[in-house]
Amino acid sequence: MTPAPFASLLPLAAEITTEVGTKNNFVALTMFLLFVAATLGITFWAARKATGSSAYFAAGRSITGWQNGLAVAGDYMSAASFLGISGMIAFFGYDGFMYSVGFLVAYLTVLFIVAEPLRNAGKYTMADLLAYRMKPRPVRAVASLSTLTVSTLYMIAQMIGAGGLMKLLLPNVPPNVAIIAVGALMIIYVVFGGMLATTWVQIIKAVLLMAGTIFLSMLVLKQFDFSFAKFFEAIANVTYVDPKTGTEVTRDFFEPGMKFGAAVDSWGPLNLVSLGMALLFGTAGLPHVLVRFYTVPDAKTARVSVMWAMVIIGLFYILTTFLGFGAATILTPANIVDGNMAAPQLAEVLGGEVFFAFISAVAFATILAVVAGLTISASTSFAHDFYTNVIHHGKERAPGEEVRVARITAFVVGAIAIWLAIVLQTMNVAFLVGLAFAVAASANLPAIVLSVFWKKFNTTGAVAGLTVGLLSSIILIILSPSIMGIDPETMTKGRHLIQAKAIFPLTHPAIVSIPLGFLAAIIGSLITKDPEAETKFVEFKVRAHTGLGAEKGGGH
Amino acid sequence: MSSPHSDPHTDSEHAKWEEIEHRPDFEALLKAKARFVIPATIFFVVYYFALLILVGWYPDLMKKEAFGGMNWAYAFALSQFFMAWILAAIYMKVAAGWDRRAAKLLEK
Repeated sequence: MTPAPFASLLPLAAEITTEVGTKNNFVALTMFLLFVAATLGITFWAARKATGSSAYFAAGRSITGWQNGLAVAGDYMSAASFLGISGMIAFFGYDGFMYSVGFLVAYLTVLFIVAEPLRNAGKYTMADLLAYRMKPRPVRAVASLSTLTVSTLYMIAQMIGAGGLMKLLLPNVPPNVAIIAVGALMIIYVVFGGMLATTWVQIIKAVLLMAGTIFLSMLVLKQFDFSFAKFFEAIANVTYVDPKTGTEVTRDFFEPGMKFGAAVDSWGPLNLVSLGMALLFGTAGLPHVLVRFYTVPDAKTARVSVMWAMVIIGLFYILTTFLGFGAATILTPANIVDGNMAAPQLAEVLGGEVFFAFISAVAFATILAVVAGLTISASTSFAHDFYTNVIHHGKERAPGEEVRVARITAFVVGAIAIWLAIVLQTMNVAFLVGLAFAVAASANLPAIVLSVFWKKFNTTGAVAGLTVGLLSSIILIILSPSIMGIDPETMTKGRHLIQAKAIFPLTHPAIVSIPLGFLAAIIGSLITKDPEAETKFVEFKVRAHTGLGAEKGGGH
Repeated sequence: MSSPHSDPHTDSEHAKWEEIEHRPDFEALLKAKARFVIPATIFFVVYYFALLILVGWYPDLMKKEAFGGMNWAYAFALSQFFMAWILAAIYMKVAAGWDRRAAKLLEK
């Protein structure tokens, strides 16, 4: 299939959007409301079933391996992956696929290093592992701050995404309504249904997302008579009119370098490596992914669930080949109205209105499942780490206090996220997800790895590593081209937050901030003596590697 | 986890953990884990960053056709998925053996 050259592209693009907007409102809304009704039903079922802390924070540790695998996948595959990567491949070809690769390989870090010790030694949060042999109050305070930072940044990015998406998919609905609806639903899931409801929202979303992706991939292959040779041939020869120059070009979309090439940006290749580091080491430090391993009965099931998650996540990211390159070849970049619209537009062209509506509903389900996961990890960390352990020295003053605090926190966090998403919606916030990964990789991962493997790691080291990793990621992002840049006066949307020349040249800070996080953690440990942390390492080691004394599972 | 620093039974508790730590089969289990996890981690980190470095700095080399209309860049990227799955499957198998050793260790 060779796309016809278009004389004028903008009118066509406009035509596609208006057409999209008017016809599909009803079908898309109906499908979305069905999903909402089903998930609310689950929430009320979960609310009646879940009593007690372990039920609320960890779904009673009763989730099975394959269920948790699906839930991890549903928790992890955000709208940024589904819509963002498809768009990135559609516009930048091969380089967009680099995200897909990193998102899966990262799970080897989770599997080999983090999942089992975490399940064996912890209870509800990442800080349980970090504070195990340290002085709990300082370590928990910083770990909780890092958790809240990562979760809130990621959440705001997702909610602004929901607003922007609504504007494109259903132009009659104002974006603020979408943001408030997503925020209100996630608050309901988490406040009333806790981890059990969140888990099932994520499982349903994962199934819907996989179904939609597999079907769309099949439709793409059908265009090429189910011949990979023809598909690859088309990818190597995408002809379209470059909107910047107005001339027709034929490009090989399999060729690396359209985004990270040295010809595009002299820092490009280094940026690619730095992004790779953030993905590979950040995933294992994402609090909302880590807390999922507390929902299974034991470390062995945690391991099985990572395997299931890897099968689903890997399959999904391989299929972005069809979504992204399919959009590049069939629609061509000139006809895609927005970076996030490649997959939905492809669905409309190949599958018609109903399928377009289905994919739009899946996109919202995706956002909802991820923000619910983020909200519960943030509120659990605040209630368990900060409120109970830092403020009240590890004692609940009344039964059920921790759960009550978590519910209130979920409500407050949700309200703040709605407000920030509305205020920031015209800003270019693509960097927020990158920042969340950078903080997870630079603050959380060094602390986790050193806790598990290094006897001399101690309280000062943990606090120093977390603080330096957190601050260096944030400062470097602020100084980077993600936030600093000079835009023309006429630009109204997606402006840089600071109108000045960037001081730090890389958009992804991990290559600098991860070594800084490790360095601070190691120096902090070496310059102070903490004999108790060393003594407790024996206990930690035995627990982490044998599962002796781990929080019991299976209770309902 | 009640706060470990205020635990009055720390000494007797600690002796219990230390006894397990000093058992030869516990030491052997840790060694066996390290023998797998360390080389496997080095392998996947090197394999992954090799892709990024080749694609970033040697795009001309990577855009040459490998087979079936696929260039080396895409073929190598696709192989990362299978590498991850195979390594994870091997880990599952090896780790099942560790589970048995750990269970036996705790029976004593």
